[in-house]
Amino acid sequence: MSHTEQQELLEHLNSSQSFAERLKACSSYPLHAQAVETLQMNITRRCNLCCRHCHVAASPDRSEEMSREDMEACIRAAAHPEIKTLDITGGAPEMHSRLAWFINEAAGMQKRLLVRSNAAILLEKQYAHFLDIYADAGVEVVVSLPNLHRDRTDRMRGPEVFGKIVKALGKLNARGYGMPGTGLVLDLVHNPVGAFLPGSQTALEEDYRTRLGADYGIAFNRLYCLTNCPVGRYLDFLKRSGNLGQYIGMLKEAFNSDAVGSVMCRTTLSVGFDGRLFDCDFNQILDLTLSSEAPVHIRDFDYDKIARREIVVRGHCYSCTAGAGSSCQGSLET
Amino acid sequence: MSQQYYETKDLQDFSNIGEFAPEQGKKFFDYYISSTSGGKLSEREKALIALAVATVRHCPYCIDAYTNKCLSLGLGNDEMMEAIHVGAAMVAGDTLAHATQMRKIVKQKEM
Repeated sequence: MSHTEQQELLEHLNSSQSFAERLKACSSYPLHAQAVETLQMNITRRCNLCCRHCHVAASPDRSEEMSREDMEACIRAAAHPEIKTLDITGGAPEMHSRLAWFINEAAGMQKRLLVRSNAAILLEKQYAHFLDIYADAGVEVVVSLPNLHRDRTDRMRGPEVFGKIVKALGKLNARGYGMPGTGLVLDLVHNPVGAFLPGSQTALEEDYRTRLGADYGIAFNRLYCLTNCPVGRYLDFLKRSGNLGQYIGMLKEAFNSDAVGSVMCRTTLSVGFDGRLFDCDFNQILDLTLSSEAPVHIRDFDYDKIARREIVVRGHCYSCTAGAGSSCQGSLET
Repeated sequence: MSQQYYETKDLQDFSNIGEFAPEQGKKFFDYYISSTSGGKLSEREKALIALAVATVRHCPYCIDAYTNKCLSLGLGNDEMMEAIHVGAAMVAGDTLAHATQMRKIVKQKEM
């Protein structure tokens, strides 16, 4: 579906009570950013995998990637003292031709630097050197492992991907990632493999730690539970499988007003592969750029205008306020 | 009046069952939440118990709610099915245990 079709479908489904109306009911509309603490860069749509839940619809056939000029603009923007974290995502960031260069540039900035990797790519000869690049630069690695059941993860991410992820996690552990005292952080991400919401992050993290340790000898630091946002391929899945209406109903039913104040868009700025600016990765896919008072491109970055901008909200925002709340850093601390 | 006694959307009405008797409703929900939350038993274990009870009791709302909860907590299809077999075995055992009454009567009555 095009971004326009996705927007229209979501608005139709949310016509009974829009997200903005729900925010008004709890005196939180309009929603404003409170800072920019994290600069999240979606540097490429290329990926070695083609996951069924991927909201950016990444795949080996995609070619979009961020230009060197826009990456340099990101580094200039990230120099602002309020920005503490550079969060690199994709696609598979490793498939960006300048990732190694960028990490080298960013590593000297005394910022928290993290890369969201599918890990399976680190087994490929062409990309295996990133294991050492990450460890040498102290990059935090965040790996998506949707489910501990091999068949479920493989259904979502592709045949034999579970085994590849586990093998790559072992290689990261061997370099000290996820091990006490090394300072090398390895976090995992859990997504529901289907049309339901994630359970308690605490319960799932305990289960991941027990089973990955016992079955594969894998250690990690934290588990982030993410609610699947109804955009991109996940929206296609919901529509095709006849689950869309019920899923949207579940998100709305689980609306938690306490989570509103902590939603990630209030402290995060998302940069698309083309340098355009968004409130989050999901707005990026729906082509909802920043509100009119803020600049639209990273080359025009202006901290003060962006840090207090009004957030652009639509029906898909219910996925970040459902239950315990959801963000790229997992459940929200409210 | 709706056309069916059981409708999927009725599950969403569960939070409103305190209507007409709010005091008892609140007490029920306090009890329900504390009983089904993690304690000495984990949330996962309690979700499996609830799923087994839901199937034994043939409650479509509870089966829907606890299948979703088990999926949300990452429980495997095999684990859910094992829990349901516990329920099924208990029902079978409970039925057969009551054959004792039949056997006792038969033995008392027969010549």
